[in-house]
Amino acid sequence: MKELIKKLTDITSPSGNEDLIREAIREEIKEYCDDLKIDRLGNLIAFKHGGGAKIQFAAHMDEIGVIVTYIDDQGFLRFSNVGGLSPFQLLGQRVRFTDGTLGVFGLEKLEQMKDWTLNKMYIDIGATSKEEAEEKVAVGEFGGIIQDFADLGRRVAAKSMDNRVGCAVLIEALKRVQSPRNDLYCTFTVQEEVGLRGAKTSAFAIEPDLGIAVDVTLTGDTPEAEKMAVGLGKGVAIKVKDQSLIAHRRVKELLVRLAKEKKIPYQLEVLTRGGTDSGAIHLTRAGVPSGVISIPTRYVHSPSELIDLEDVEAAVQLVVAVMETPCDPENL
Amino acid sequence: MLLKELSELNGISGREEEVREYLRARIKGKVDKFHTDSLGNLIAVKGQGRPGPKVMLTAHMDEVGLMVLGIDPSGLLKIGAVGGIDPRVLVSKPVLIGRERVPGVIGAKPIHLQEKAERKKAIPLKGLYVDIGAKDREDAGKVVKVGDPVAFATQAGLFGEGLFKGKALDDRVGCAVLVELMQMETDFPLYFVFTVQEELGLRGARVAAYGIDPDLCLTIEGTFAGDLPEAKGHQVSTRLGRGPAITVMDRSIIVQKKLVDSLVAAGKAQNIPYQLRELTVGGTDAGAVSLTREGVPSAVVSVPCRYIHSPVSILSLADYHHTVQLVKAFLEGGYFLERVD
Amino acid sequence: MDLTRFLQELSESSGVSGREEETTVVIEKFFTSGPGKGWITDFRRDRLGNLILRKKGEGGEEAPKIMFAAHQDEIGLIVTEIKEGFLRFSTVGGIDQRVLPGQEVLIHAREEVPGIIGATPPHLQTPDEHEQAIKIEDLVIDTGLSREKAEELISVGDFVSIDRRLISLKNSAVSGKALDDRAGVAVLLQIAEELQKLKHQADVYLVATVQEEVGLRGALTSAYGIIPDLGIAIDVTHGKMPGLSDEDAYELGKGPVVVIGPQVHPKLFTSLQRVAEEKGVKYQVEPSTRPGGTDAFALQIARAGVATALLSIPLRYMHTSVETVFLSDLREAGRLLAEFVVTVDGEFVEGLSCF
Repeated sequence: MKELIKKLTDITSPSGNEDLIREAIREEIKEYCDDLKIDRLGNLIAFKHGGGAKIQFAAHMDEIGVIVTYIDDQGFLRFSNVGGLSPFQLLGQRVRFTDGTLGVFGLEKLEQMKDWTLNKMYIDIGATSKEEAEEKVAVGEFGGIIQDFADLGRRVAAKSMDNRVGCAVLIEALKRVQSPRNDLYCTFTVQEEVGLRGAKTSAFAIEPDLGIAVDVTLTGDTPEAEKMAVGLGKGVAIKVKDQSLIAHRRVKELLVRLAKEKKIPYQLEVLTRGGTDSGAIHLTRAGVPSGVISIPTRYVHSPSELIDLEDVEAAVQLVVAVMETPCDPENL
Repeated sequence: MLLKELSELNGISGREEEVREYLRARIKGKVDKFHTDSLGNLIAVKGQGRPGPKVMLTAHMDEVGLMVLGIDPSGLLKIGAVGGIDPRVLVSKPVLIGRERVPGVIGAKPIHLQEKAERKKAIPLKGLYVDIGAKDREDAGKVVKVGDPVAFATQAGLFGEGLFKGKALDDRVGCAVLVELMQMETDFPLYFVFTVQEELGLRGARVAAYGIDPDLCLTIEGTFAGDLPEAKGHQVSTRLGRGPAITVMDRSIIVQKKLVDSLVAAGKAQNIPYQLRELTVGGTDAGAVSLTREGVPSAVVSVPCRYIHSPVSILSLADYHHTVQLVKAFLEGGYFLERVD
Repeated sequence: MDLTRFLQELSESSGVSGREEETTVVIEKFFTSGPGKGWITDFRRDRLGNLILRKKGEGGEEAPKIMFAAHQDEIGLIVTEIKEGFLRFSTVGGIDQRVLPGQEVLIHAREEVPGIIGATPPHLQTPDEHEQAIKIEDLVIDTGLSREKAEELISVGDFVSIDRRLISLKNSAVSGKALDDRAGVAVLLQIAEELQKLKHQADVYLVATVQEEVGLRGALTSAYGIIPDLGIAIDVTHGKMPGLSDEDAYELGKGPVVVIGPQVHPKLFTSLQRVAEEKGVKYQVEPSTRPGGTDAFALQIARAGVATALLSIPLRYMHTSVETVFLSDLREAGRLLAEFVVTVDGEFVEGLSCF
């Protein structure tokens, strides 16, 4: 599992540029599903037959990043954010563009700290002129922050753990599931970080009876953290509410019941900010009962997002449990 | 239930009549005699004329609340506070106005139309109104008069595990303790004084004490308990379920050490739990009584209550019963007799 | 029907966004075993929990479909942490934290647990504290339970509603929680009653929507499922009170408020006005520049688009637990909308696409 997470997090695929990560995931799962397709927006949908209800699992494969907006005469790049990116996370970090070009972040001289916004920052790719820069990078090109995978033992940290760990959970569940009792649509969605976009269109096409996103959530267990009951290493988190979704009562209850039955450690999650793919899925067409399986993660949207592998294992077990439990589409 | 009935009566300071009438009916036959004085204190006595020191027990009948100050042209009532009340607890609460108990609600400007900075600010009392559904000033004037008292409309009852909730537990719980103590027989004269206007500066107790001229006074209060999670230890003062709180000092009195010791001794002898009240803020009738005439040795025993001076407060029924027992033990044991001089 | 009684049942039922079932049952019972028995053709709940009541008209297969939407959910709280017998919480919908100190609540846990949101007494406050609103992070719900009992009964994610009885004030005013938008739901019942006396072509869908307060979610999916020809949302608007400017607020007791704005189809607006005038219904007009606040905004963009209107009930103190309305406004709203239904036929619907 650790290797799989490392492999996925090492890839740079900001929102709208999911080609590399999609290819990597496809390689992983192609032996483990009945049908595999890529839809018009680039979502990767793995189908596995099992009867029962149509269940859409969604893990987004995109990551936050930057987009080049302007190249000045000296060859410095100005940029904008792709998804929720804090300027304070960038200083001292490096960026990799989708073609492999590297750069480092710089900051203008500031009179006061509160002036520190993305507008005051730039990317230095080692070019000495506009022309030289343009040979490597064009306006409109996407990049992602890079950071080495850190193996801390039972816990690991990496960039884009949001949501490559969710992808890893879904991949591992597909590999492990023995006898699916539902029709499974494992969707690796695009463009979640810019507004749940891939989930919205894929759900419209799939018309699922039930939607379950697999994504990261915040924790409240670090010094002076914002109050939140979720902690690292305390099991998979089952979402009750975030800003995009109030989990359907029966879906939440199903997840809790399965976790109890299978003795999977779990915790209930109320997230006061942020949203996930289920927010879009549950409002599709005439409505889809939806829930979320979350992996507790510290330092989300930083270059070092930190997770506990035991929580990941619990998440895999819970996803497999849902896959193997016959669900009645009429009775959700 | 005595405590429930007392809690649901309305008796804003200066307008204690509902409470007084209820108590008068309730204590008939339990005491030798009773009377009211010119401020409205209700004074009952058992064993008048017996030898021995005159002991006075007090509890105040009044509660903090509001008064109608005027009626605006649209029929909404302007209000002012009677006693120490935080305007922030008023928003969005139902109230009852006057003896007729006309129902009303305290509304607020909707969140949708508030500026961001406004949301962080408390709404001052001047910006709050009571709405009784009147069409205009004239319509409202048919049922409400300027000067009418306004009290919270809160139902009292059992709560949680062994707790009790209601409004005005400060100090209807003291009134209830006094009523229960009327079953005691003593060989000294025992006065039960239900005072008025405590919340406006201990005014009723002062005159009652002057009239009675007691040798000893014990005030029974409902006091602040701050035992919430993450509360700073030094600001908790009293804790629910740990027994009656004995005051050493507050803003109105420093209790004589021998009285504190006697109360503690009474508790220990009878195995009644007690705690010492830790904070020194607030004042009680004992403060006024202690400075009457040539001075009266006075002490305070309180039932801890969370959220006093708000629409709903909480106390522990065990604390309530232990308070009755502690005062009884203290009086019966004569702990004070050899010490009072 | 006894409007006060059913508004009371609606208001006092608990239906925080996402957990509306108790309120749904009140409405269902009204139509299955209450006064509304026989008033409608059928009803169903959809997958998100929207309650869809249908009364068929006389237009047969091709009858126009009219959807009335009033949301049944209310704002509330959700438990985020259990600390001994106390609960930390977050909000569901735009609740004003300033109404919470000194408020009694119900925690919808394994069983219903009463709670109290405490307030610090003034003796212990500093003078500047008085001027600041109490922050939600600093508030806790006191359950009066031991840690063991609290943890046995309550879990993180349990929903919490305000505990408040409906109070009758003078005239036809009533005050309580969740009248935004149970007042609108009561208008749905009122429409059903009025329609008993009237003949109409259109099939009428009375929808008690869910999750309006967290983003018009139920209206969006229910309209997708029903595919109405036209939709009218019934919600509340601000009642006049000191501190509000005249443009922001409407008189209580002077009739329902017909809204005009980008979320409203101009022909529906004028039709409602015309019906009101013909039938002698007193009404007020609200120009709306902020169209996003009600189900009308979601209805309008369902599928290929729905001609939409919005009728509002004036209500004072919105999003507090003493929301106040006049029953006369509810009755008049019901009468206006039922009379409007009578005027809708195929030709009318066709006209809605002709600008």
